[in-house]
Amino acid sequence: MHPIITTLIKRIGLGIVSLFFVTLIIFSSVNMLPGDFVEAVLGQSRTEETVRIFRQELGLDKPYHVRYVNWLTSAIQGDLGNTFSGRNATYANQPQQNTARSVSSLLQPRLFNTFFLAAMTAIIAIPLSLILGITAALYRNSFYDRTVNASALTAISMPEFFVAYVLIIFLASINQFFPSLSNVTSSTPFLERVYLSILPALTLTLVTVAHMMRMTRASIINLLSSPYIEMARLKGMSRTKVIIKHALPNAWAPIANIIAFNLAYLIVGVVVVEVVFVYPGVGQLMVDSVIKRDIPVVQGCALVFALTYILLNLIADVISIVTNPRLLYPK
Amino acid sequence: MSKASNQYSAKNEVSNTHVRRTIFQRSLISLSKAPFTAWLGMIIVSSYFFVAIFAPYLAPYGEAQIFKVPYAPWDNVHIFGTDRLGRDILSRLIYGARNTMGIALTTTFLAFLIGVGLGLLSAILRGWVDQILARFVDILMAIPSLIFALMLLSIFGSTALNLILIIAVLDSTRVFRLARAVGMNVVVMEYVEAARLRGEKISWIMGREILPNILPPLVAEFGLRFCYVFLMIASLSFLGVGIQPPTADWGSMVRDTGELIQFAAYDVTAAMTPILPAAAIGILTIGVNFVVDWFLYLTSGLKDEHQ
Amino acid sequence: MSTSKKSRSLLLNIRNISIEGYSDEAWHPIIKGVDLQIKRGEVLGLIGESGAGKSTLGLAAMGFVRAGCRFTGGSISFEGKDLTKLSEKEKQKLWGTKFSYVAQSAAAAFNPAHTLLNQTIESSLSHNLETKENLKKNAVKLYREMQLPNPEEIGDRYPHQVSGGQLQRTMTAMAMTSKPDLIIFDEPTTALDVTTQVNVLATIRSIVKEHQTAAIYITHDLAVVVQMADRIQVLRYGETIEVAKTNQMLKSPNQEYTKSLWAVRSIQKKPQKKEDTILKIESIDASYDSGPMVLKNIDINVPTGRTVAIVGESGSGKSTTARSITGLLPPTNGKIIFQGRKLPARLSERSKEDLRRIQMIYQSPDTSMNPRHTVRDIIGRPLKFYHGVVGNRYTEKVIELLKMIELDESFIDRLPEELSGGQKQRICIARALAAEPDLIICDEVTSALDQIVQEGILKLLLRLQKELKISYIFITHDIATVKAIADEVVVMHQGSVVEQGLKKDIFSPPHPDYTKLLLSSVPEMDPKWLTRILTQ
Repeated sequence: MHPIITTLIKRIGLGIVSLFFVTLIIFSSVNMLPGDFVEAVLGQSRTEETVRIFRQELGLDKPYHVRYVNWLTSAIQGDLGNTFSGRNATYANQPQQNTARSVSSLLQPRLFNTFFLAAMTAIIAIPLSLILGITAALYRNSFYDRTVNASALTAISMPEFFVAYVLIIFLASINQFFPSLSNVTSSTPFLERVYLSILPALTLTLVTVAHMMRMTRASIINLLSSPYIEMARLKGMSRTKVIIKHALPNAWAPIANIIAFNLAYLIVGVVVVEVVFVYPGVGQLMVDSVIKRDIPVVQGCALVFALTYILLNLIADVISIVTNPRLLYPK
Repeated sequence: MSKASNQYSAKNEVSNTHVRRTIFQRSLISLSKAPFTAWLGMIIVSSYFFVAIFAPYLAPYGEAQIFKVPYAPWDNVHIFGTDRLGRDILSRLIYGARNTMGIALTTTFLAFLIGVGLGLLSAILRGWVDQILARFVDILMAIPSLIFALMLLSIFGSTALNLILIIAVLDSTRVFRLARAVGMNVVVMEYVEAARLRGEKISWIMGREILPNILPPLVAEFGLRFCYVFLMIASLSFLGVGIQPPTADWGSMVRDTGELIQFAAYDVTAAMTPILPAAAIGILTIGVNFVVDWFLYLTSGLKDEHQ
Repeated sequence: MSTSKKSRSLLLNIRNISIEGYSDEAWHPIIKGVDLQIKRGEVLGLIGESGAGKSTLGLAAMGFVRAGCRFTGGSISFEGKDLTKLSEKEKQKLWGTKFSYVAQSAAAAFNPAHTLLNQTIESSLSHNLETKENLKKNAVKLYREMQLPNPEEIGDRYPHQVSGGQLQRTMTAMAMTSKPDLIIFDEPTTALDVTTQVNVLATIRSIVKEHQTAAIYITHDLAVVVQMADRIQVLRYGETIEVAKTNQMLKSPNQEYTKSLWAVRSIQKKPQKKEDTILKIESIDASYDSGPMVLKNIDINVPTGRTVAIVGESGSGKSTTARSITGLLPPTNGKIIFQGRKLPARLSERSKEDLRRIQMIYQSPDTSMNPRHTVRDIIGRPLKFYHGVVGNRYTEKVIELLKMIELDESFIDRLPEELSGGQKQRICIARALAAEPDLIICDEVTSALDQIVQEGILKLLLRLQKELKISYIFITHDIATVKAIADEVVVMHQGSVVEQGLKKDIFSPPHPDYTKLLLSSVPEMDPKWLTRILTQ
């Protein structure tokens, strides 16, 4: 078999294995809850009967591995169980009034919102930071490089909420250009959705561009110090040709990794930004559920984030594999 | 030159050897050439430490002391006003330095203890120990750490101890990777092999042969990890699952007073109330980053930039 | 290479050139006012030891300085222009047309992302010297001249798909495509094994002669430069020591330093026979991580108080044999008998006493001493660890050992970075002696050192053997070193022992095929050596 295919299969296999362990960790979390959380969730007015019904629903009467397999098979089918909140003993006696909702129905619209925000940020941030990073590397130690670098360092050091608040003061409060609350709904038309999401997207852009730009700069400088670049210069190639013909073909793998790393960073940054702008995404849902200790929802959100994270890293590695001449043209 | 080679003697052998300088001399030379940003960083970091250590003497009031007027405006009594419960903002800012930095430092130390210990063990022992540890760390790192921390805090509850333990363990994965990588570079050195052939114990190899040689990258990483941990704890507190009231902490101070931001158009000082602790967080991280950046430049030997 | 009689015009004239490099927050001189002239069609050998500034000077001949370096004086005249004054754009017009460069490590100097042919013709193509078709045809012709296999197709391969020797030849072909006036060869065969080196040297020499190209040939190996150059310039610490015609320099070098470059070749140990053995290796096999076998059925005997030299090229398994003896790589089969007793295979199963009796000295003293430990710690640790020496006795013992290696107590508190190369290696020897061993394994202990320092180290080792009756296993790829120190010789090739015997038996015919090839591939000081070898 072509070595590229075997390498790809190995890498994808590794991705699946880590996904398996991640699901195991996330599943186990509910079982690590201290004390009798069933009684805690149901509250003061629980009865022995409601506790028993709830335990049964959670499958606590079955052995661990059976519960995991059940949980995993339903998770794959998109069923992440029901929320804890909305259950309490009074309602539990009359199931029709039980306000517990299915986690997936709660997640779905928010997932779309979060991805919309991330995509909007990525569209601005990726080209911008690549341009900044590459030009800073080419003109390194120039005034331009120092300025870009120092501003990036400053931006990295700022907590997201600080950037967000400064933007709100200047762009939403003193000058009322954009709304400070991004209360989008599923029926918001596209353009209005973009308008409402501008401030959160801008916050995320500032923070990610700084990271991505610095990493791009470092990897380009590293690439430019390879002996084959010196050789190309000694062959009398012009600066532009050295970069386009000799540096660029070898830059895809590091650049893919940088983009994946920062998109992954983006989905973490999203949590804080969503809370600041009250943007109805997965991050905000997760924080709310953590405070309420609504474990099934927390599990669902964690699963979504971890899945995206693993997938992004997988894609970056696949790009490095398929652009590696050593694997493309085996001996 | 030619004369010397005629009467060769080992004692007088000439070559490009280094001149020995004490750490103090080296530091002086480096300091005299430190760029402006590095100086700025050092001043920022040392003043933060000063404030943190002498907080009780510097703060006008106690950190949880409640006054009658909530949301008091900036005046002589309360320089930065009071918060929703009537606590003095300035005092809380000063105590916040102590609490926020203290927790972040403890966490980073713990993360390094775990990460460096296991990372070096992995680098020295190789084989199955290394495989198991490295795979385990890969899996922990497959979940974004803020998300992982949120999940664990929702289960174990947001106490300061839980916060320190959870973040230290999650962050030690990154320290582990660095320590393992730089450790590997030293483990392949022949002086480590010589120590093993001599029959030295692992503790000697770790402490005496490897650790002194990987200190510079570890010190730089300590600065960066501190920033990361500090920002993460601030974010968690801001989200309401980090350091819990009434402990004065910058992240939760931002959260408590966040809504005042809406009044920027009418009263700028009110809008500053959440900005102050947020800026306190940002400025410290900038300071540490500036110092680390310079330190990395000094120790990395990456000095090809003088064309 | 023979000089043609007709008078040649001056091609390049370097006058009093100085170059500085930036390190440790300051500028340091690398080249201190050197002159260099080269005529059309002439090959100039540039020789010197590490730190002499040969590569910097070679690149400067093209008007190129590496990042972190700068010209600080002098001129480089080429076709009426001073290269130190030209702009980058103007120099780019000369590079790849009038000047070409052949780098030491071909594997790193080729871009992994492009085919060999594309990289060969790229420079001429971008300077619009020829049409693409003609350049391709010409490249194939050059590949053929360089004796590359399948010259028609090899250009479509990628750098990682061909061997090191082929890559080095391709780079020479690449340098020739633009028919340059001057080629800089920067140690083009140093990374190659001796048996591969011969052919590369031969093809480089014939192609340069054929095309009447002038060349600067940089190397640290005198025997190589003698084969290649019309004239030789000797450099040391950035200054010219001596310039002379090759024959003249060989016959009567003017400077003591130039003479010292031959130094190591003057020692000859008289081999002695001895019957009782201290170490007996019986048919061991070894492999890394259940990979292919790297050692196959090795048998070696080490007589007590004598030196056994193991010779072979890279990949022959000579260092792996040392690792197996020390227990770092336990053999999968066979046994190691030391002083009449079978040694446990694994390092972890050996007693402290077992470990003490076999010591090891490495090739690079820079990596075999902990840069954070002082001489006192380095030499003292085995004293304390094996013999429990502490207190005043400790310092006394360390000084005693320093004296044994011809250093004194003024060295006791130094760090390795405050020592020269030879002093470092001596400290490593003292560290081995501190354990009071019966057998020392020396792994290429002299190959990282300058010639004159090598001589000192070899003499020291010989003296110590006489005084302390230590046995040595001496691993090396250098035949001159073997002649200098060995009693017995083991020749290894591809993980097997080709032959073992007394030195005089191994070095005199009849030889097994491989020994013959190995011995004949080692360059000799005779300028006719290469021609002679090729005609055989």
